[in-house]
Amino acid sequence: MRKHKGVSYAKWGYIFIIPFFVVYILFTLVPQLTTFYNAFFENYRSGLKQIGPNYVGFDNFIKLFTPDKSGSIGMIKYFGNTVILWVLGAVPQVAVALLLAVFFTSYRLNIKGQQFFKTVIYMPNLIMAAAFSMLFFTLFSPIGPINQIILSSGWADKAVDFLGMRVSVRLLISLMNFLMWFGNTTILLMAGIQGIDQCLFEAADIDGANSLQVFFRVTLPLLAPILVYTVITAMIGGLQMFDVPQVLTNGKGTPDRTSFTMVMYLNNYLGTSKNYGMAGAISVVLFIISASLSLVVYKTLSRPYKN
Amino acid sequence: MTMKSKGNRENTKGRLMMFGARFVVYFILIFLSVLCLFSFYMMLVNSSRSNFELQAGFTPWFSTHFFENLSNAWNDASINIPRGMLNSFLIAACCAILTTYFSALTAYGVHVYDFKLKKFAFYFIMAVMMIPPQVSAVGFIQLCYDLKLTNNYIPLIVPSIAAPVVFFYMKQYLESVLPMEIVEAARIDGSGEFRTFNQIILPIMKPAIAVQMIFAFVASWNNYFIPSLILDKADLKTVPIMVAQLRSADYSKFDMGKVYMFILLAILPVIVVYVILSRAIIRGATAGAVKG
Repeated sequence: MRKHKGVSYAKWGYIFIIPFFVVYILFTLVPQLTTFYNAFFENYRSGLKQIGPNYVGFDNFIKLFTPDKSGSIGMIKYFGNTVILWVLGAVPQVAVALLLAVFFTSYRLNIKGQQFFKTVIYMPNLIMAAAFSMLFFTLFSPIGPINQIILSSGWADKAVDFLGMRVSVRLLISLMNFLMWFGNTTILLMAGIQGIDQCLFEAADIDGANSLQVFFRVTLPLLAPILVYTVITAMIGGLQMFDVPQVLTNGKGTPDRTSFTMVMYLNNYLGTSKNYGMAGAISVVLFIISASLSLVVYKTLSRPYKN
Repeated sequence: MTMKSKGNRENTKGRLMMFGARFVVYFILIFLSVLCLFSFYMMLVNSSRSNFELQAGFTPWFSTHFFENLSNAWNDASINIPRGMLNSFLIAACCAILTTYFSALTAYGVHVYDFKLKKFAFYFIMAVMMIPPQVSAVGFIQLCYDLKLTNNYIPLIVPSIAAPVVFFYMKQYLESVLPMEIVEAARIDGSGEFRTFNQIILPIMKPAIAVQMIFAFVASWNNYFIPSLILDKADLKTVPIMVAQLRSADYSKFDMGKVYMFILLAILPVIVVYVILSRAIIRGATAGAVKG
């Protein structure tokens, strides 16, 4: 910050940041560029034979958006799945988190045992997603304890095939995502509310505002920046959805690929076929979507805040 | 008189409403807590029951086969869980140390020194923070094959040196705690720049480093996507790969008590750390994002 006369410490700045940048360039930036580069080549393994790499221009992208025999376009379908799974989990996640954050910070309610509740609701966030998903798989399998409870209480005559129906698989995945993230979001939003000047709440109180008015006129507008941050990170997290559906459906996105996400699609091409061309094309699409989505959300949500 | 009784009535009404509101709020909180704990409770109960008991039906009470299941899972021939836990621990510990040390170093470099590319370095890291890691997976895997680094822990450990999010956290921490006078005093006393960082700055940053170490450890312990693409040798596999393997095996042939025990073992280390350090972890989850 302050410069010393005669002695320049500038070179130390470079020395200190060099390891970070060397590693970033080698393991992230270069792979990022070669990923994009790959998208324009035909390059895969068919049995023991290696095909390519041959330059094919935009062929991989065209293939990505060409309807298959059944007339559905894989990329669009899996993007749709990802969005559905994300929305089903993220809407309750943000809504519940907002509610809890208001509860926890309300001095009128004065909630007891806050530390306990926070500890419990934050815990699923740290649990290994693969193991959590495996746990849900065993609990909801046809011979699992949930079905045992349903059968023994007589709610159904035969086991419910939770993992074979589109609705239940999607709901299970969303439920897991909700459970894993709402505690985290609650804590972020709480910090946001605590960061608001307390005088504003006191002033609203003196003016006779009720809880709802305080929430919509004071808390929500001032919370907008943190809310933007939360929604953007949740969205980018949602695009990366992989571990939970992958393990729950054993990588198949059952039934009929209705829970198959974009990253599962990407992972599929990286498996035995090592189809780097198609995987590269999917990566480019993923990159464009995540970049533009975060821009759109940021712009729409930050507008009312600025006014 | 009338004024007073009216005030009293309103007061009672207000109190009743407050009571009702509290009741609803506590109900919601307890419901959500139960929802969070329910699946883990079932896992714990079922890990203490024999396969026969598990087939017979669900009971919410603990049984007596916990240690039997533990020894069966621990000594399983196809899924070597102790080895997997050791592998995961090794990788996660290395990641935790590297990511915190180098993020602190980078943040200190950008925070304290004046140099031409300072602004560029900061905004570059901020810009790439949002890019999902999966987007560069293709090139990353290719690089690993080209450098003969598959079935090797280097590509799982070394990249943690460059962690934009941790850098951001450290930078914020430095902004809030580090007075420049300390750096200058150290210089006057003849301390070299590296020595100043290692012996004076790092101890000041201890709370931030501790919290980020926990998060880095947990993230690495739980990481599934990249390791599953790089590791296929049985004795190099990490815990999440083994859990996924458990899923792809024909589970109906499995001793289910053992399956629950595998899941328990996979998440146990993180749970133990969390139970001991939950306060610090929850505080750490907030601190990074307040200004974000």
